[in-house]
Amino acid sequence: MRKYLGPLSKDNPILVQILGVCSALAVTAQLKPAVVMTLSVMVVCAVANLVISLIRNTIPPRIRIIVQLLVVSTLVIVVDQVLQAVVYDVSKMLSVFVGLIITNCIIMGRLEAFALSHKPIPSFIDGLMNGAGYGLVLVIVAFFRELLGSGTLWNYPVIPSAFYEAGYMNNGLMILPPMALILVGTLVWIQNSKKINAK
Amino acid sequence: MRELTDIFVRSVFIDNMVFAYFLGMCSYLAVSKNVKTAFGLGIAVCFVLAVTVPVNYLIDKYLLQEGALAWLSPEMANVDLSYLSLILFIAIIAGIVQLLEMVIEKLSPVLYQALGIFLPLIAVNCAILGASLFMQEKHFPTVAHSFSYAMGSGVGWLLAIVAFAAIRERLKYSNIPQPLQEKGIAYIITGLLGIGFMAFLGI
Repeated sequence: MRKYLGPLSKDNPILVQILGVCSALAVTAQLKPAVVMTLSVMVVCAVANLVISLIRNTIPPRIRIIVQLLVVSTLVIVVDQVLQAVVYDVSKMLSVFVGLIITNCIIMGRLEAFALSHKPIPSFIDGLMNGAGYGLVLVIVAFFRELLGSGTLWNYPVIPSAFYEAGYMNNGLMILPPMALILVGTLVWIQNSKKINAK
Repeated sequence: MRELTDIFVRSVFIDNMVFAYFLGMCSYLAVSKNVKTAFGLGIAVCFVLAVTVPVNYLIDKYLLQEGALAWLSPEMANVDLSYLSLILFIAIIAGIVQLLEMVIEKLSPVLYQALGIFLPLIAVNCAILGASLFMQEKHFPTVAHSFSYAMGSGVGWLLAIVAFAAIRERLKYSNIPQPLQEKGIAYIITGLLGIGFMAFLGI
């Protein structure tokens, strides 16, 4: 069980292995798209791991990358269509970043490193946990960016209007894309300090 | 002509792949330890972008868009295949990268030596697929527009990674808190560079 929980903190794909950063940051200005993105990546990662693990003994090693890409992109198309049907506004907001799940290195990385050499059920769980580890960072970053940047959470205003009357202002800088990177940098800092203290 | 230069300048500075959309971050962070390799990867990305984006543009225009198949026969005019774009784009990119690798190896061993190791990496670089998807979203009127967009994005990416690698080389001599070293500081520097690039927004 411990092994599967690793991706949530100790082996977090974004903070420790620097994988899948590309799509992680652009969708974190608000909580809602971040959560939707998390769910999509979890689904794609888990199911892709399951499928590849099921057919791992029949894939010729030479063309495995193409096979993996095909499996992943088929799943992403399904997810994309579902998102467009169910939550159209969020899917518009995410725009190309749903498509970019295909090139998310976390998924390819887990397929290569885990699914090709393990049984289906552990692969499925591994995919799910790695998706969750990725999502955890996304949600933390989105939480702070939305709270400090627009004073809302999930589009509901949470900062009382008395604050604004007393001169409190939303920090516009938080909404800008570069702040996502700086927040992730800070998370890496916290994570590494924890690791060094534990030693 | 003016439009083309506009698109180029816009995609280099304002819509910079790295600083505005965070595309290609994985290789950006991994291959920026020194300026020389960063430059090699940057050139390879430019090259692949300049080939794949126009090809994907043609595919999108004549195969996938709603009504794109009208040139085959009038009945096909209302077929919309755009949901296939993801899988087709990635297949084209992977194929072209493979092809480029073989062609370069035959034609110019020197160039192959310089770019060779980077080419396979590029097939799964989000900047490449990202550029194709943005191209689809922007609905350019001609191939020339999409080419200029691709070149702009490539040059922007090159600029970003070379600037970052140069800063990273200097970092060796600075005194950074231990937990923040390497990865942490790399994120923060990219963020600061991004804020710097936002100054171009006014243009």
